[in-house]
Amino acid sequence: MTPDLFYAFTGLVLFITGLFGIIALQHLLRKLLAFNLMGSGTFLMLVGLAQHRNGTDPVVQALVLTGIVVAIAATALALVLIRRYYHLAGRVSLERDATDEGRP
Amino acid sequence: MMAWLMAGLLFTPLAWAALSLLADFRAGWRLAWFGMALQATVAVLLWLAIAQEGGFYYPLGGWSAPLGIELRVDGLAVTFILMTATVATACGLHAGFYLDPDKPWQRYFWPLFWFLWAGLNGVWLGADLFNLYVGLELISLSAVGLVALGGAADALRASLRYLLAALVGSLFYLLGVALVYGQFGTLSLGGVAQLAGEHTGLPGAGLALALMLAGLALKTALFPLHGWLPPAHGIAPSPVSALLSALVLKASFYIAARLWLELGEPQGSYGVAQLMGGLGALAVLWGSWLACLQPRLKQVVAYSSVAQIGYLFLLFPLTWQVSEQVSQQAQQGMTLQVISHALAKAAMFLAAGNLILSTGSSRVADLAGVGRFLPFSLFSFGLAGVSLMSLPPSGGFAAKWLLLQASLASGQWWWALVLVAGGLLSAAYVFRIYRASFQEASGQDDFHHPPRRLEAIPMALALLSLGLGLAGDQVLSVMGLPFEEGS
Repeated sequence: MTPDLFYAFTGLVLFITGLFGIIALQHLLRKLLAFNLMGSGTFLMLVGLAQHRNGTDPVVQALVLTGIVVAIAATALALVLIRRYYHLAGRVSLERDATDEGRP
Repeated sequence: MMAWLMAGLLFTPLAWAALSLLADFRAGWRLAWFGMALQATVAVLLWLAIAQEGGFYYPLGGWSAPLGIELRVDGLAVTFILMTATVATACGLHAGFYLDPDKPWQRYFWPLFWFLWAGLNGVWLGADLFNLYVGLELISLSAVGLVALGGAADALRASLRYLLAALVGSLFYLLGVALVYGQFGTLSLGGVAQLAGEHTGLPGAGLALALMLAGLALKTALFPLHGWLPPAHGIAPSPVSALLSALVLKASFYIAARLWLELGEPQGSYGVAQLMGGLGALAVLWGSWLACLQPRLKQVVAYSSVAQIGYLFLLFPLTWQVSEQVSQQAQQGMTLQVISHALAKAAMFLAAGNLILSTGSSRVADLAGVGRFLPFSLFSFGLAGVSLMSLPPSGGFAAKWLLLQASLASGQWWWALVLVAGGLLSAAYVFRIYRASFQEASGQDDFHHPPRRLEAIPMALALLSLGLGLAGDQVLSVMGLPFEEGS
């Protein structure tokens, strides 16, 4: 097992952990962190798998850089929405409760 | 000439997005007139040019493939660009009249609108897997922003749910891209298809295809992953719902379809094809059934989107290991279904917005009596419904007719039953709205008349979707051999 393949497997573990978190956790910030974990796992796999096969590869590193920018934009948007949601609804999870029945 | 057209197509939405960030809603609205006129002109000219000269590859900024971004400009892509220009212009015009310009947050509508448009054009033209990902994310983020814009807690909950679903879907897709790159060392769709054709049955490529299809199915709201769609589409302002249902869903489906047509034959299997078709069929039945039960008008239309998206997924079984002719029919049926649903659903959401504006309530039951006061919007709603019910001569009929022929010709008669049942169920939910509107003896009789221009836009879209059935041949001939030119 080369170090690159090790990175790829670590990425897979991170991805699955993140996926579990995004489904199982209730708190929105935790969900967002889980999403970031999934993202990091994906990036590790992207670089690890490609470099395992082809050696050092500038193309995937550029892709990951782009991916990180996208992930930051998504995280920022999610944070704004969560903050606003907390201000308006006073809650940090997406669950409904009894007061939601009369929603428009 | 062609270089100018491509530059105009890709550059205007981004430039307009940046410019309208600096402007307030009214200035952005005036700006949008020019932008929409420009985009529509460019889209028509490009369509005509491709119709005459055929497709080509366009290296962005003169940088060619591995380093730069290469765009695939073929008949199908320009057809969808033209569809986007039509629907987005209609929704933009409607939004300009419909949204309240005095709310401070509305100034962000135009930048998000233009970013969405830029992302859509990028996806239709994208020729490599990673740029498709970037385009998808641009679309998702601006769509979520549009849903959340100025909304109350419920709108934010819907948009957060939408955002999480979209992000998870994108990551599944990206993980598939990682596997593809690890396996083949290239990201260009044509290159991957060629390599996948030479080495069949690679486990990595099969898994990659499955991951990408799963992610895209989540983003397209395929049953049973559709839970995020009805709240988000139901609660957004009507012009935004129209954009989301008509165009945003189609972007992720378009990528899934292209992946399937390039990689499905060598790397897919009978099981995967039937599974995707089966989920589509369940979406048709379940979505239509729930649409019949919804108490709120826009939820009815949103669940109808879940159902209509289901038809598109019949493409998977109908193009897997069938004769060239059947596959061709299925692809043409899918394309017509995408376009006619885009036009009809945009018309329906905009008309529903007018009805809500007029009755002041979003409930179906409160429509009682509106039939006598607002025949025009109700008529647009019905014309769009004709296309969804797939009655001739609408575009919806032509699409389902082609799918029906393809399913019978390939011996998969069970899809034909789905097509028939789906048509009947959609008739049920459209007539349910009509029954409610023509009910007499309701206490309420103060209806507001929305301005004529708000009523004219859904009517124009509904007529287009109706006319698509008659002009289907021209549209299909420009698509030529869909998906084939670039490979």
